[in-house]
Amino acid sequence: MTGSFGAESLPESADVVIIGGGVVGCAIARELARFDLSVVLIERSPDVATGTSKANSGILHAGFDAEPGTWKARLNVRGARLYAELAEGLGISRKATGALVVAKNAAEMETVAALRHRGIDNGVPGLEIWGRDRLLDHEPNISPEVAGALWAPTGAIVCPFLATVGFAENAIRNGVQMVTECAVTGLGMVDRQIVAVQTTRGRVATRFVVNAAGLHSGEVARMAGDDSFTIKPRRGEYILFDRSVGQLVNTVLFPAPDKVSKGILVSPTVHGNVFIGPDAVDINDPEDKETTAGGLAGIIAGARRIVPALPLGTAITEFAGLRAAAGKDFVIGSSPAARGLVHAAGIQSPGLTSAPAIGEIIVEMLQDVGLRLKRKASFVPVNPQKPRFHDLDREGQARLVASDPLFGRVICRCETITEAEIVAAIQSPCGARTVDGVKRRVRAGAGRCQGGFCGPRVTAILARELGIPVTAVRKDSTGSWLFLSRAQLEAGEGVDA
Amino acid sequence: MREFSYDVVTIGGGPAGMAAALAAREAGAERVLILERDRELGGILQQCIHNGFGLRRFEEELTGPGYAHRYVDMVKATDIDVWLDTTVLAAEPGGIITSVSPHAGLTVVRAKSVVYAMGCRERTRGAIRTPGSRPAGVFTAGAAQRMVNMEGYLPGKEVVIVGSGDIGLIMARRMTFEGAKVKAVFEIMPYSNGLTRNIVQCLEDFGIPLYLGHSVTAIHGKDRVTGITVSQVNDKLEVIDGTAFDVACDCVLLSVGLIPENELGRAAGVALDPITSGARVDQFRQTSIPGFFAAGNVLHVHDLVDWVSEEAAIAGRSAARHACGELAPSGRERSVMAGEGLRTVVPQRLSDFEPGKMSVRFYFRAAKPMGASLLQFWADGALAFERKLRVVKPSEMIVADIPVRKIGDAATLEFRVVPAPEQVAAEEEIEEEA
Repeated sequence: MTGSFGAESLPESADVVIIGGGVVGCAIARELARFDLSVVLIERSPDVATGTSKANSGILHAGFDAEPGTWKARLNVRGARLYAELAEGLGISRKATGALVVAKNAAEMETVAALRHRGIDNGVPGLEIWGRDRLLDHEPNISPEVAGALWAPTGAIVCPFLATVGFAENAIRNGVQMVTECAVTGLGMVDRQIVAVQTTRGRVATRFVVNAAGLHSGEVARMAGDDSFTIKPRRGEYILFDRSVGQLVNTVLFPAPDKVSKGILVSPTVHGNVFIGPDAVDINDPEDKETTAGGLAGIIAGARRIVPALPLGTAITEFAGLRAAAGKDFVIGSSPAARGLVHAAGIQSPGLTSAPAIGEIIVEMLQDVGLRLKRKASFVPVNPQKPRFHDLDREGQARLVASDPLFGRVICRCETITEAEIVAAIQSPCGARTVDGVKRRVRAGAGRCQGGFCGPRVTAILARELGIPVTAVRKDSTGSWLFLSRAQLEAGEGVDA
Repeated sequence: MREFSYDVVTIGGGPAGMAAALAAREAGAERVLILERDRELGGILQQCIHNGFGLRRFEEELTGPGYAHRYVDMVKATDIDVWLDTTVLAAEPGGIITSVSPHAGLTVVRAKSVVYAMGCRERTRGAIRTPGSRPAGVFTAGAAQRMVNMEGYLPGKEVVIVGSGDIGLIMARRMTFEGAKVKAVFEIMPYSNGLTRNIVQCLEDFGIPLYLGHSVTAIHGKDRVTGITVSQVNDKLEVIDGTAFDVACDCVLLSVGLIPENELGRAAGVALDPITSGARVDQFRQTSIPGFFAAGNVLHVHDLVDWVSEEAAIAGRSAARHACGELAPSGRERSVMAGEGLRTVVPQRLSDFEPGKMSVRFYFRAAKPMGASLLQFWADGALAFERKLRVVKPSEMIVADIPVRKIGDAATLEFRVVPAPEQVAAEEEIEEEA
């Protein structure tokens, strides 16, 4: 009983409807897929992981940061543990790098000592205070003007897209229907009980709705007359560097924190790049993902406090992400206004880390409000492995090409991604529908040329595999058409038409 | 894995790879192979359907594909092997090349000499850190050129071009021919980075304005690009407050520089020139790894393919001689410096001269535009050679042949470009370069 993924019609009814295909919604979907239920996830964009889940730090926080007793503290530590168990089976790239909170002076050493105690309260294992020599030995490229650091061995890094896609694919393999390009327009209620979700693709009857709508979760709550929380978008800018400087740092490096955020990080990525960022700027427009000259200058200055010699000439892209901040803690629990509506909202950092634990807790809460759960024997907890040509030794590569000649055609030369991998990314249960969807799944176009060479070829492969014209291939969002035909131009048709 | 042996292998089948392979075969290499990742030879020339190629090499004006086919036909007339649809994964010291293709799988080639001829890639928006959103409709000019000229699709209908590199200028004209409106070209430097003939033929002839000293400070749009914000910059390239204005468009094409595609060389440990981003080579175009040569845009970015062919022929001949054991060890190596007024010089070092060699050809890029100038060669601190240049532009490569007797056995070799004394410029007829 495989589910489905795509811009299709909604079923007439479902046991549970999840609103939002970010990492949280997809992790909840995967948790619900363990049970004998009809589950529908609706997502506004053509793909999963297009909001907060696509532009964040990709860090699995150890859990020393959150105030003890909060959802953040509880779900972070549990989530980090779950990733360690789940990542490989779900095809989620994860690297146990550890994390360091770098102190530059005696006052900051006190801050990191306090973080250590908080971490111990939160149940974070293995926290140590390091002196200057040990720190510089571990991270030779950081500023010599450091005093020491907090070492968190359970800090790790993860690919946030593959995490979302991994959860989503497993949910679909176990029966969840994901309907994309489907926006919620209202919630049907009778006597303060949810009875339906109205969308741009019609109505689906249901008594249980999970609000995992990220930046838009406040609006969804309002559709049920629930104004118990508001989402304040908080923008963070990033700069990503080429893999050629991947050796710059070995660990996630945080500065000693201030009141507003965790500060500007310098971190490796699971794919061998390095990034710096994010800053934290409150904004009003939940779609405003513009980077700014001031913001980029600010994160460069912040990162230089830890790593003075930043290789700015090897920057390959800059981007901004929005955190869905709703206050100090996550908003997790039943709506005070509507029975059957459960919020998984206000999920800012450490939301990516907490996602699988949020999945568990939301299922418990749905049960508390009356959802009947019966485990199904057919649940398969893992996804089939997807071979990655670049990661194999020569013998392994030779075997792949022998199994499918398309492994012998390298489409993305920067990241050595073959046509077979791109086809698999499109044809898998949670398959890519856009050029950026291909990039997020297999990294074609994620390298130093940013798709300059492979973009046209990936576009052609998408058109072929999806059976659509080149002019219908999109970059990312619903209206992000890439190319016009000559006939369209002559007819005066716009790409926006 | 199947294994093969060749005397000379070129990595890349564009203009440099083909010219190097032909020259290697002519110079006596018996077994020559071209490895090409695309499904045909010709490289980037195949998407350059405009005129202007080959005036020097063939003394007639050809299109890019026309120029390429001259070489494709020459290659076909030989016994040079060509493997298409084949990507090189590694080329290790000792000449062990691992490649992959759909039809032949993983293959190892043992080469006595290797010529890097991988060309270059375009600088991206990320590399120049242009702020703003990341909508559809922002392309590098070359990627858009491929879509328009080879696939028949257009990247937009109201176009702004950022950067005045040659591909951007060519695309301004191409998009105009296709019926799109090209609103302007914005260049951050106070001078253009394209060839003068392209400024005239691609912009001025179509009334497309070129704004020098202007920087794009934001790209706007959520789904598709809707416009950009532009500001004037001062002589330190800093944005001047109060000069910002918006330009509406649905397409932004970037032409902000080219970078040698040198990852194979870097992985093999070839010493690179930080300014050209290509290998440091001697006059034989041999890199720091014996038996590994480099030519064309992977060595330094050229503005004319004619020079690429010429340089690749040097590399190909040298590769053949190395394969045949005729290329002497480099002997005493001397560095060549790009001094005052110059950004780059190739070759960056000299090995011992071949007997009977009369002159060495050097290629330069100027640091800034200048009027009438003198190209000077200084040997051991003394002016040894001087040539007049009517005008100097960073976008136009300077080429000069320096007599071997002027170089002698000087230990320090330096080139400079200095302003010409006025009367000299006025009095004498000065030859024009490239």
